[in-house]
Amino acid sequence: MRYETVIGLEVHVELATNSKIFCSCSAHSFGADPNSHVCPACCGMPGMLPVVNKRVVDFGMKAGMMLGCHINRTTTFDKKSYYYPDLPAAYQTTQWFAPVAVNGVVEIETSKGKKSVRIKQIHMEEDAGKLVHDIREDTTHVDFNRTSVPLIEIVSQPDLSSAEEVEAYLERLKTLLRYARVAECEMAHGTMRCDVNLSVRPEGSDKLGVRAEMKNMNSIEAIKRAIEYETARHIDALENGTEVLRQETRRWDDIKGKSYAMRTKETAGDYRYFPDPNVMPVVIDDEWFDSIQRSLPEFPEVKRDRYISEYGLSEYDAEQLTKSIALCDCFEGAFEVCKSAKDAANWMMSEIMSILNARKMTYDMLQINGKSLGELILLVSGGKVGRANAKKILFAMFDDVSIDPAAYAEANGYVMSNDTGKVEAVVKAAIEADPKAVADYKSGKEKALMALFGKCMKELKGNCDPQTLKTILVEMINK
Amino acid sequence: MNAYTVKNTVSSDKVIVADDMLLTKELPTAAGSKMLDGYVSLFEAEALTRATAAGYTLGGKADVGEFSIDLLGETSKNGALIVDGVLKNAAAEIVKSGDAVAALTLDVNGSVRRAAAQNGLVSIKPTYGTVSRFGTIPVVCSGETVSILAKGVDACRDLLDAVAGHDDKDGTSHSDAVCDAMKKDATHAKLRRVAVIASMEKGVDGDVKEKLALATAALKENGAEVVTVDGNTVSLARAAWNVLMCAELCNNVSRYDGVKYGYRAENFSGIDELYTNSRTEAFGDLLKTAILFGSETLSTENYMKVYDKCQRIRRVIAEEFAKLFAEFDAVMMPACSALAYKEEAVSENRHLAFEENFYTAPASITGLPAVVAGGVQLVGKAFSEQTLLDAARILTKEER
Repeated sequence: MRYETVIGLEVHVELATNSKIFCSCSAHSFGADPNSHVCPACCGMPGMLPVVNKRVVDFGMKAGMMLGCHINRTTTFDKKSYYYPDLPAAYQTTQWFAPVAVNGVVEIETSKGKKSVRIKQIHMEEDAGKLVHDIREDTTHVDFNRTSVPLIEIVSQPDLSSAEEVEAYLERLKTLLRYARVAECEMAHGTMRCDVNLSVRPEGSDKLGVRAEMKNMNSIEAIKRAIEYETARHIDALENGTEVLRQETRRWDDIKGKSYAMRTKETAGDYRYFPDPNVMPVVIDDEWFDSIQRSLPEFPEVKRDRYISEYGLSEYDAEQLTKSIALCDCFEGAFEVCKSAKDAANWMMSEIMSILNARKMTYDMLQINGKSLGELILLVSGGKVGRANAKKILFAMFDDVSIDPAAYAEANGYVMSNDTGKVEAVVKAAIEADPKAVADYKSGKEKALMALFGKCMKELKGNCDPQTLKTILVEMINK
Repeated sequence: MNAYTVKNTVSSDKVIVADDMLLTKELPTAAGSKMLDGYVSLFEAEALTRATAAGYTLGGKADVGEFSIDLLGETSKNGALIVDGVLKNAAAEIVKSGDAVAALTLDVNGSVRRAAAQNGLVSIKPTYGTVSRFGTIPVVCSGETVSILAKGVDACRDLLDAVAGHDDKDGTSHSDAVCDAMKKDATHAKLRRVAVIASMEKGVDGDVKEKLALATAALKENGAEVVTVDGNTVSLARAAWNVLMCAELCNNVSRYDGVKYGYRAENFSGIDELYTNSRTEAFGDLLKTAILFGSETLSTENYMKVYDKCQRIRRVIAEEFAKLFAEFDAVMMPACSALAYKEEAVSENRHLAFEENFYTAPASITGLPAVVAGGVQLVGKAFSEQTLLDAARILTKEER
């Protein structure tokens, strides 16, 4: 029998607001000392009351609009109760009854073609803290820095059917949410986390199979492996009766490449949701709604088409550049300064891409300021800095985004010399030092000229227009 | 037990006492529970901050029953306060002694109103959202209110004036414009028509009946009409309130788990036993009953059948009051069934507090203001505190 896999995802995304969802603590504590970004409110101490951070609602709405959702104009917060040491008040404030966004759709494309994935809902909630297990002391420490950092949970309908589709869906979420600048969506940083609901059924059946929810996949690769493993386990159970499938939550162990049952439906806790009386319903009026709608970015496809029609970019270049808002920002910033879309695109597609590749960086990791790149392009097109030196400057800019290209060129002796006297002196010395090369050239060996040219250029530290150098070299040899 | 959990030596003519549900920075706040014995907060109640800013001095903390859900404070970790075989309320005893001009309390389940009625004191439970709940131990966030207890009307009015007002730190707080209108409402209506709901007088003893009769006479003497009406829906408040109170309580006291602060059991193996043993050892019986009941009402199975239904009843009661207030300025009802609770009453019926709140639940569940004076309770329209306090003057026969 042939089987098909039915997958729905629950994706948690950390919102990139400055402060936490219900208090004014900084939401950015990556790498900070434990418990250095906490207050009595996010530590769940009695007597503190939650005050909703409006930016979180802004970002939640924006995410909803990006994913084609209906925005609930009255959205409410609810309490979800469970005991765990990383949850200081023993409840998480989340959205159960009236989430900010519902009924969306995300278009994905895979080797099998295009597909629409329906979004059931997006709700806003607070993150929990972290437990740090100390094996040497056989003890566990609690870090509340992450407590109350705002999250959205994006719940899809069970519309996905393969690891490839899941990857395309996650990439699409990331692209859209990064375009809207509401989230980083970096699985390696924990700013995007994904639970997979998976079941298997005979192909063509309209009845869903027994579902397993898989947790603890920390990369897209792990998610793909987990889906493949779990699909095989389900089919094996159905075909060979190796085990009876139960609705359960399973933990993925990426090192062992296996999933393990955590809890079944019967033993799962009851979260006892109820509306949080301390948070008044958030009413989104027309003015608020419209202001968020106006702030939505151009969608990737619209931008791609505009790059082609407005800037004359090739289809390929436009497609590549619009894959990440970081590339778009850099390209558009460079264009704004250098006014040449062709130059800006060339630098992006050749130099920037090759450095990203060499450094094994993703497009999203590009941090170069587009305006600085534009200035660098102007230095080259204006004959002030040679192309080879410009690349060196660009390398430096990757390491330190605050570098000003003109000042850096000056400080490092990368400014081209217009002093022909100096060039002539260098050429003269080179000719005198290598009479054999001169003789070879005169006897018709073009290569000898290039060797002399290279020596001169090196002596001049690259700061000479190649054409000028060549002209002077030929003139002086023939003199 | 002592009335005070902590007593300060202060000399001022504006000394107040706070009940142990209001957090204080230097003094401990235990909410009457062994769980929070010795707990010192990093911040204090907004109401206390405002009272201090208005020139009041904190003379100490009055003990309360565990999380203040009992009759008068008898479930305190320090034991019941008993005088001549009768249960007493700590804040009321301190106010009566003259140590403090008034008490700031958290009216969770009506204990302060019962205490006022039984001790000939005046209490005002202001409209929900007019006094910040920031810095109060949370129990029933949808209904509890910082309330005032004093010997007379003026002391209540002055302290209410000091503590009421918008607070950014409390998301349910009304705007300053709304709070100010309540406070300085100089043109407030005189009490003209008062409704009495017959079914709300169920179960009261002769002493309370007498207080109700005296109050009716005093109001009539002052030109008010007192009319008995059918408002039976209001008497549903207790059942719904007990469900909502226990549900919220269960959630709010979950944070006391022995992990971060408060009581921790000495013997446990593993995190689940740490939770279970700490809570088993530190919590009292009445609280445990409330936790179990609350947990049950919020289960997936019961949520719609019980919790959600009670929220609907809450709305129906609010609508019933709205109908009454179209015709009447206030509704008079008892605050308790008797003017004294015998020591044995509680040992005979452990859940007496969840029955006596029959009289206090209507104002708690709706968030309406309520004044207790002359041994009876007047529930008024939202923001009609000044009207209620004027009426309290009539009920206590204070000279104007």
